Amino acid sequence: MPTFLREVHMKRHNLLDILFRNITRLSAFAVLVLLVAIIVSLIVGSVPSIKTFGFQFLTSAEWDPVTNEFGALVPIVGTLITSAIALLIAIPVSFGIALFLTELSPRWLRRPLGIAIELLAGVPSIIYGMWGLFVFAPLFADYVQPWLIEKLGPLPIFGPLFQGIPMGIGVLTAGIILAIMVIPFIASVMRDVFEVVPTLLKESAYGLGATTWEVMWQVVLPYTKIGVAGGIMLGLGRALGETMAVTFVIGNAHKLSASLLMPGNSISSALANEFNEAVGELYTSALVELGLILFLITFIVLSLARYMLHMLTKREGSTT
Amino acid sequence: MLTLYTRRRLINAIGLGISALAMLFGLLWLGWILWTLLANGLPQLSMAVLTQMTPPPNSTGGLLNAIAGSLMMTFLAALIGTPIGILAGTYLAEFGQRGWLAPTTRFINDVLLSAPSIVIGLFIYEMYVVKIGHFSGWAGALALSILVIPIVIRTTENMLRLVPNTLREAAAALGAPQWKVINLVTLRAARAGIITGVLLAVARISGETAPLLFTSLNNQFWSSDMNQPMANLPVVIFQFAMSPYQDWQSLAWAGALLITFSVLSLNILARVLFRQKSTTY
Repeated sequence: MPTFLREVHMKRHNLLDILFRNITRLSAFAVLVLLVAIIVSLIVGSVPSIKTFGFQFLTSAEWDPVTNEFGALVPIVGTLITSAIALLIAIPVSFGIALFLTELSPRWLRRPLGIAIELLAGVPSIIYGMWGLFVFAPLFADYVQPWLIEKLGPLPIFGPLFQGIPMGIGVLTAGIILAIMVIPFIASVMRDVFEVVPTLLKESAYGLGATTWEVMWQVVLPYTKIGVAGGIMLGLGRALGETMAVTFVIGNAHKLSASLLMPGNSISSALANEFNEAVGELYTSALVELGLILFLITFIVLSLARYMLHMLTKREGSTT
Repeated sequence: MLTLYTRRRLINAIGLGISALAMLFGLLWLGWILWTLLANGLPQLSMAVLTQMTPPPNSTGGLLNAIAGSLMMTFLAALIGTPIGILAGTYLAEFGQRGWLAPTTRFINDVLLSAPSIVIGLFIYEMYVVKIGHFSGWAGALALSILVIPIVIRTTENMLRLVPNTLREAAAALGAPQWKVINLVTLRAARAGIITGVLLAVARISGETAPLLFTSLNNQFWSSDMNQPMANLPVVIFQFAMSPYQDWQSLAWAGALLITFSVLSLNILARVLFRQKSTTY
């Protein structure tokens, strides 16, 4: 090839290189723009509500579209309580599943079982909602709730949590269904972080005569605790923002009650139920502010989760 | 009196037993939900479901317009989201060694990956629906595409990182410029993994209800106009399941069966296609 042609050739490729790099960079930048746009648009949408209610919005339990009085306390509390119930159930179960998948299961069963658990995460949330409302809630009301009311209701301290009438739907039901939904997320993170524990470390413990259970608690868990915490936070993030399943079974009542068996509300289900029917600027804006609060809470929780998981991988990199 | 040894063995046995039970507990729900869907949905499935429009209350009909709407919006969402996702993922894997942009994007993307989808619906409502003044199929597709992007970015980056560096070096040594190395060698080597990511993203959005509530809403009639409110399977299921009408509830079960089995088949297909572990949580 003559020299001048080669130069043209090189120049063209240089240009294409720069072009390609900048197109990909622009796309990566678009993700940041997206995040900023989401936050800004939610803030702009909630300005009327912020102006009218100020900080009182967070502490008031009033929610009355007729008199245009709005406070976010009931949905915020509902979101937090349902997520807490979900974690309370999901953490031990996920730990069991992860332990089974990494230490107990025969090798040929690991993959199918892992896929089955991941499929549980694939089931759309609206299906959980339908199943919860039509199948789970009636059974729960007939068999479990009467027992809870009878046995736990009269207890001091915990008693008020379990008083009321067995309706099937309510905060506790929503929490249980959320638990089933977040189990696959927490379990697969736990499985993945358990797998990064160096075999050498585990085998040394086994060689000293430790049982599987002891290896799990005294070697694997201490080694992976940041990652496990990250997985739990990730599940929490999912539970906080889950919409459809909760909307079906929580009962949608803007009322604070001590009992977990009574209907309540969560941020996401208030949005799903009321947003399209909301009349007037203030009502809509109050709902948008609810969305903003939800986004900020989940953003913080998920950031923590990612940070923790990142710490684990970083340490793993430095020790090997 | 138990010796320490038997006690330790006993604790071990109990602990492991409970862990096996936890596994069963997890599988039980999957089995129960799938069984419920088959038991309630299968009797309702008929040709009418696939060929007729959604009916008014107390009359028979099908889900044709909802299925068509869902397919159109899912397809468009994938069409919008996939290129952006692949390009951004490529940046993170291939150019992201230096500077602040790559780590920041990676972090934000991981957060967006699990961000509540209903908030995405609110966002598109504020940005698009309010501006044009009515719900539309485009708004629905846009909301879904925002859910596609993070999933595709994450899998693209992961898959590109699995491509051995020697492959890149070999191509570069032959004199290929970087854009050629990436487009003709690295991306091609990671193709199966990236397709997996797109399939998982499609599986995820085809069951999403929350982001469509405020964007495409619903439409009782046949509509192929993306500028109008558009029927879609998840919102129809939501509306019909919550209604007091028997006919509607039956159709909701049929729709639920259809949607779950297509989502799960997509999930399985994605995993068969790419047998290596691909995590998107």
